[in-house]
Amino acid sequence: MPAPDTPRDTILGTIRRAVATVRDETAARAAVEQRLAAPPRNLIPARGQVPPPQQVELFQRMATLVAATVEPVAEPGRVPHAVADYLSAHNLPARVRVAPDAALQAIPWDRRPTLEVGFGPARADDPVCVTAALAGVAETGSLLLASGADHAAPLAFLPHTHLVVLSAADIVGVYEEAWDRLRRRQADRGLGMPRAVTLVTGPSRTADIEQTSLLHAHGPGRLHIILVGPPAHGAEPLHG
Amino acid sequence: MPVDAKSPRVGLMVTCLVDLMRPAVGFATVRLLEQAGCTVVVPEQTCCGQPAWNSGERAAAADLAKAMIRAFADCDYVVAPSGSCAGMVRLHYPELFKDDPEWGPKAHHLARRTHELTSFLVDVLGVERVEARYDGHVTYHDSCSGLRELGVKEQPRRLLAGVEGLRLTELPEAEVCCGFGGTFCVKYPEISAKMVSDKAAAVAATGADTLLAGDMGCLMNMAGRLHRLGSPVAVRHVAEILAGELSAPPIGGGKS
Amino acid sequence: MIPASHAFKERARAAMADPDLTRALTKFKTGFPLKRAQAVAALPEFEALRDEGKRIKDHALAHLDLYLERFEAKVTAAGGQVHWARTPAEARAAILSICRAAGARMVTKGKSMVSEEVGLNAALEEAGLEVVETDLGEYIIQIRKEAPSHIIAPALHLSKEQVAEDFRRVHTHLDPARSLSEPSDLLTEARVLLREKFLAADVGITGANFLIAETGSTVIVTNEGNGDLTQSLPRVHVVLTSIEKVVPTLEDASTLLRLLARSATGQELSTYTTFSTGPRRPDDLDGPEQFHVVLLDNGRSALLGTEMQEALRCIRCGACMNHCPVYHAVGGHAYGWVYPGPIGAVIDPALIGLEEARHLPNASTFCGRCESVCPVRIPLPRLMRLWREKEAAARLSPGPQRWGLGLWAFLARRPGLYRLTTRLGMGLLGTMGGRRGRFRYLPLAGGWTGARDFPAPTGRTFQDLYRESQRARP
Repeated sequence: MPAPDTPRDTILGTIRRAVATVRDETAARAAVEQRLAAPPRNLIPARGQVPPPQQVELFQRMATLVAATVEPVAEPGRVPHAVADYLSAHNLPARVRVAPDAALQAIPWDRRPTLEVGFGPARADDPVCVTAALAGVAETGSLLLASGADHAAPLAFLPHTHLVVLSAADIVGVYEEAWDRLRRRQADRGLGMPRAVTLVTGPSRTADIEQTSLLHAHGPGRLHIILVGPPAHGAEPLHG
Repeated sequence: MPVDAKSPRVGLMVTCLVDLMRPAVGFATVRLLEQAGCTVVVPEQTCCGQPAWNSGERAAAADLAKAMIRAFADCDYVVAPSGSCAGMVRLHYPELFKDDPEWGPKAHHLARRTHELTSFLVDVLGVERVEARYDGHVTYHDSCSGLRELGVKEQPRRLLAGVEGLRLTELPEAEVCCGFGGTFCVKYPEISAKMVSDKAAAVAATGADTLLAGDMGCLMNMAGRLHRLGSPVAVRHVAEILAGELSAPPIGGGKS
Repeated sequence: MIPASHAFKERARAAMADPDLTRALTKFKTGFPLKRAQAVAALPEFEALRDEGKRIKDHALAHLDLYLERFEAKVTAAGGQVHWARTPAEARAAILSICRAAGARMVTKGKSMVSEEVGLNAALEEAGLEVVETDLGEYIIQIRKEAPSHIIAPALHLSKEQVAEDFRRVHTHLDPARSLSEPSDLLTEARVLLREKFLAADVGITGANFLIAETGSTVIVTNEGNGDLTQSLPRVHVVLTSIEKVVPTLEDASTLLRLLARSATGQELSTYTTFSTGPRRPDDLDGPEQFHVVLLDNGRSALLGTEMQEALRCIRCGACMNHCPVYHAVGGHAYGWVYPGPIGAVIDPALIGLEEARHLPNASTFCGRCESVCPVRIPLPRLMRLWREKEAAARLSPGPQRWGLGLWAFLARRPGLYRLTTRLGMGLLGTMGGRRGRFRYLPLAGGWTGARDFPAPTGRTFQDLYRESQRARP
């Protein structure tokens, strides 16, 4: 047998020699297979493990703590007004780039005719982008975004203002529930992990100069979450 | 060997620094233990071996540890007026002999019986209060080994709270190292000096007239810096205050 | 990066004489620990999560070969490519050839300590590429031609005035009348300049905080969003990372993420946590055409199966240096290599050799504060002590230190001689200390007496006095 000489062989060979002495090979392989096939949950903090209405409250509280703003609206028909009013309140042009997400496309944008809505990926000069979120995670007020045919990652990074339309029914308590949703959705579509999956927790920030915390580093300086639907009952998830 | 709950036989591990530099701390410790009903013995001893252990000199550390293990073999408990030396015995002796079938069990046996002084008084003997008086405004530095290796934090404060006339102001950053670090202070004197200067500034900020701690190394370091700065703060081992053993002048404070 | 750790003492001395650095460190040493303490207090399970974090990383390391193989298979299945690199040179060569094949001229970079470790920027620039760091702190030190002084706060050592001066020097387009006096002015200037770079880059290079075997994902966490722009906009995304970063599943990564930001900056979670898996898919609206992962070993695999393996649990949060009184005194540059502070003192000797890095595990008081905050419970003082054992065995430490300790150990092993010698010695010192009770100077103890008096012993040893008092007892 020729001596192992690719970097891959050398590295894996060194690792194997080191770990092989302290493990049973068959058991080790079985343990790995099992963990990957059915990922066990580790200790999950109690904070996010609360009933759905409290998850929505927790989500709002945590998102607000990291300088996001949250605006509840009763139903999807109110979203165009919420968007237009937000833009005008912040002296922003009435023009938004919107992710071509089915739920966002279903919103009756024409209820605010003055609002210019363009669907598609972000362009460098888009001041405001609107995206959906696969889930909101209550424990840290985070939003789960996934790239694909209906969302482009830069929509959440290029604009100065990022608006997110999130159904209250899509709020989950903890990260693990968000992964379950993501896995289910991808399996339903016959897909693996999306190219880019991001948990967004508040607007962009930096403290690299004299430890002074500043918003609006490279990503959006504003993150505004439009929360659709009453939390307790009746709300349809925008995303299964 | 059953422990006589009323009068356990306690070996005093005096520590080399107390032995050589400040016998008053040893006598204060004996007094506190006897007041609490212990029968105190002081086997002949040198050094617990920590400087060697921390310098990577495992063989020397093992020799010194074996001598300690032998010296204290017949004690119910072993008590040191130092979190650092007690930590060496409790945590590092077992580590030192972890592959040694003969000395490993002996090291564990000693480790289980060994305690830092204030922790022994409060946690083991259940002492609530000592009879002592100190008319002074004190602050307290938590020495690192005692604090983080042995969990010594509340015990000295609880005992000090019972000292008549004593007022305690907490030291800002009390849990930050004073810069002694055993051989560190001679290997990296300038860094050590910066650390102890910060500590001296924190002490000054409290307005206290007395600085206490539970380890001679830290105390000598802090006293040395305070004196160099011309500070009037008196520096003493906490045992001296708890035992009312004030016959010696404060550390580095000259002869009265 | 060329190590300068052998000059630790000189670098530390220079650092302590730098008023800007001292001011920065004074703010740093209370600010970061306070934020961490608040985050920890807000999560009752934090201590239990540290146990979980340790358990997860121990499991991953014990099965490292299997998880790396699965990770590679998943990356490949997603359309990406894994490149293995034993050495920094192999990592540089792999990335250079990716850049060349892509016909790249400009490279943007997200923050990566492994990139510092392999000296990537210099290699790419030498090959004619424009390389732009996009993390604000990394950008600042790049234009200063410095190394990071902290693994998560690279420009920690600088004042805003220094940054303004650098911007004026390098950004020649700047109107002299424009104010750069506030951090926000500096941020705006950097953001506008770097945006053009994000949009123009051909290749984006990031590091990774974790690799996930289950999905073949690489994970980065940032607050600025620069990492996402770096990896989403260019045609090629290269992840430069190291082998010990792999964890089994999304669940495992989630547990470690609960520890990471809280330990690092005291945030509940960093602003952006992004899981990248392969290149752009056929139906995707965006994303790079190529996705490469370069897996560096550089001495890490040799730590497996040794007592030093525990250091490989590190998730690079920086909590150990945030809480280290020695780091607080001297800052990160004194350490002379990529990883400063307690974790640097443990891994640097493994990566650059003990002879070069011998000061680092010695420059610790073993106060234990690092271990008490490490999210994956690395016994940092113990591992530093193990390096000291190796150093002692190799006789690398200075002679006088060894002789002093050797003499002490010699005496302490001989109780009779010890008693006699210490009796004489303390008697002499006690007499010499006189009424003052302390020394301003002691021969052979200049280190001590340089900045502090040496308290004189009271004259007689406790053991002598105690025996005497026992004899006097009735």
